[in-house]
Amino acid sequence: MSEARPVTFRGGGFVVVPKKGAALVAFVGLIALWEVSVRFGWISPIFLPSPTSVVEAFWELAVSGTLWLHIGQSLKRLLGGWTLGTVGGLALGFAIGVWSLSRAVGLPLVSALFPIPKIALLPLLILWLGIGETSKVATIALGVFFPTVIATFSAIDGVPRNLIRMGQSFNLPAADVLRKIVLPGALPGILAGFRITASIGLILLVSAEMIGAEHGIGAFILQAGNLMQTDQLLAGVVMLSVLGLLIGTGLNRLERRLLRWR
Amino acid sequence: MELIVQGISHRYGDIVALDGIDLEVREGETLALIGPSGCGKSTLLGIMGGILAPSAGSVLVRGAVPAGSLNPQTYIFQDFALLPWRTVEGNIALALEHHGLPAAECQARIADVLARTGLAEFRQAFPKQLSGGMRQRVGIARALAVKPAILLMDEPLSALDAQTRELLMEDFLALWLRERITAVYVTHNLQEALRLADRVCVLSRRPGRVREIVSIDMPQAERVTPAAQAHLAGLHDRLWRLIKAEAQVAEREVVDV
Repeated sequence: MSEARPVTFRGGGFVVVPKKGAALVAFVGLIALWEVSVRFGWISPIFLPSPTSVVEAFWELAVSGTLWLHIGQSLKRLLGGWTLGTVGGLALGFAIGVWSLSRAVGLPLVSALFPIPKIALLPLLILWLGIGETSKVATIALGVFFPTVIATFSAIDGVPRNLIRMGQSFNLPAADVLRKIVLPGALPGILAGFRITASIGLILLVSAEMIGAEHGIGAFILQAGNLMQTDQLLAGVVMLSVLGLLIGTGLNRLERRLLRWR
Repeated sequence: MELIVQGISHRYGDIVALDGIDLEVREGETLALIGPSGCGKSTLLGIMGGILAPSAGSVLVRGAVPAGSLNPQTYIFQDFALLPWRTVEGNIALALEHHGLPAAECQARIADVLARTGLAEFRQAFPKQLSGGMRQRVGIARALAVKPAILLMDEPLSALDAQTRELLMEDFLALWLRERITAVYVTHNLQEALRLADRVCVLSRRPGRVREIVSIDMPQAERVTPAAQAHLAGLHDRLWRLIKAEAQVAEREVVDV
C-alpha cells in the first residue's frame, strides 16, 4: 500500500458572489475623477462641464420652474403615446394569440410593419396630424404598438396547452379559460414586453421632441446644444436617466405584485 | 355511470393511432389501459372524456349522473396541470367557480376534499412550494371536488418517484374502496395496473387495437397478502408476454416528430 494523499480542491471560482458596496465605490470614484479632471483643466468645461456645475444647472432649472415645464410636457406625450400603443397592442396581440383568422391576417401585417423605424414616419404623421402634440403621441404609440403585439401573442403561445385542456375538461366557458388561464399565464411575457416598450417610448419621445417641439426634454437638450450650454445639456440627460430609472422601478414593483406566484 | 366506446379510430396525419376500439367500462369498476409507449392509450383516454375528437366512432355514457356531480367525466393528469398562480385552494376552486354554487357549498366542498387528500394545512400554498406527490394530491382533490361519475386518469403516478408512487397508490385504493367511482387508469406500469384495476385492457401498438382484456378476480384489499403474490405474478407474466415484443420494437424506434 502506498501513502495516502489528500485530494486537492479544484472546484473554485465561476460562482457569482455578491460584493456589497463595490458599485457605490466605483460610481463615486468615477464622478470624483470627472470632477478632478475638469478642475485641473485636463478637460475643457465647454465640452464636458464638471458634475458640480451640472448639479448647479439642474438646481437652477428646478428653482426657475423650467425643469417642470419640460418634464411635464414630455411625460404627457410619453404617457399618452405609451398607453395608446399598449392598449391597441394588447388588443391585437390577444386577437392574434387566440383566433386563427386574426392570426392569419394580422401576423404578416405586423411582421411587415414592425421593422420600420417609427421615427421615419414622423414627417408623414406631421403632414397628416399637424406639428402639434398629436403627431408626437402617434409616433410613440406606433413604436410601442408593434412590440406589444409581438410580446402579447408570443406570451399567449407560451401558455401551456395542457392547462387550457385542463380548463376545458372541467367545462370552463371560453371566457373563463381566457380570463383565468390564458391571461395570467401570458402576464409574465406581457410585462417583459412593457420593459422594452417603455425604453422604445423614451427614445421616440426624445427624437420626436428634437424634430419639432418648443418644450420637452428632447427640445431642451437640443437648444442647450445649439447654445453650447453643455451644463444644461447634461442636466437634461440626467433628467432622462432619472425618468428611465423611475419607470424601471415602477415596472419592477408591478411585476413583484402581479407575479408573486413565481 | 358506464362508458361505452364504439368503433373508435383515430389518425394523426398518415399514422393510424387507434383502429376500431370497442370497449365498455362498467359501473364502479377500475379499468386499466396498458400497452407499449405509442399505442395511443392517452389518445383513447382523451377521446373518452371528450377533449379529443376521434376520426371515427363514438363514445357514449349510460346511467344517471349522480346527484351533485358537476363534471361527470373528470381527468387527473400526468403533469398535474395546476395553475401556478393559484394556491391549492384556488386550484380546486377553479373547477367550481363557474357553476354558480352558493359560496358556502363551494367552501364546504373545498374543505371536504382538502381533508380527504390530507392537504388541509397546505390550502394557502402555491404549487411550486409543494412536492410532486402533494401536487398530484391537489390534482386528485380538484377532481373529487366536482364529484365525478367517471375518473379518467392519464398516468397519474408516472411523474413521481417510486416511494411517492407507493403512497399515492394506497390513497387511490382507499378512495376507491370507499367510493367505488368508475375509473379508467392509463399506465405503462404493470404493477400499478395489477394493484388497482378490476380489469386490464391491453392495447397493441400502432395501430392501437384491443389485444386482450384480462380480469383480475381478486379484491384489491387482498392483493397485498403473501398468498396473492403467486396469482398476481402469473398475471404479470401473462400481461408482460402480451406487450413485450411490441415494447421492444417501440424502444428501438427513432421518434420522428
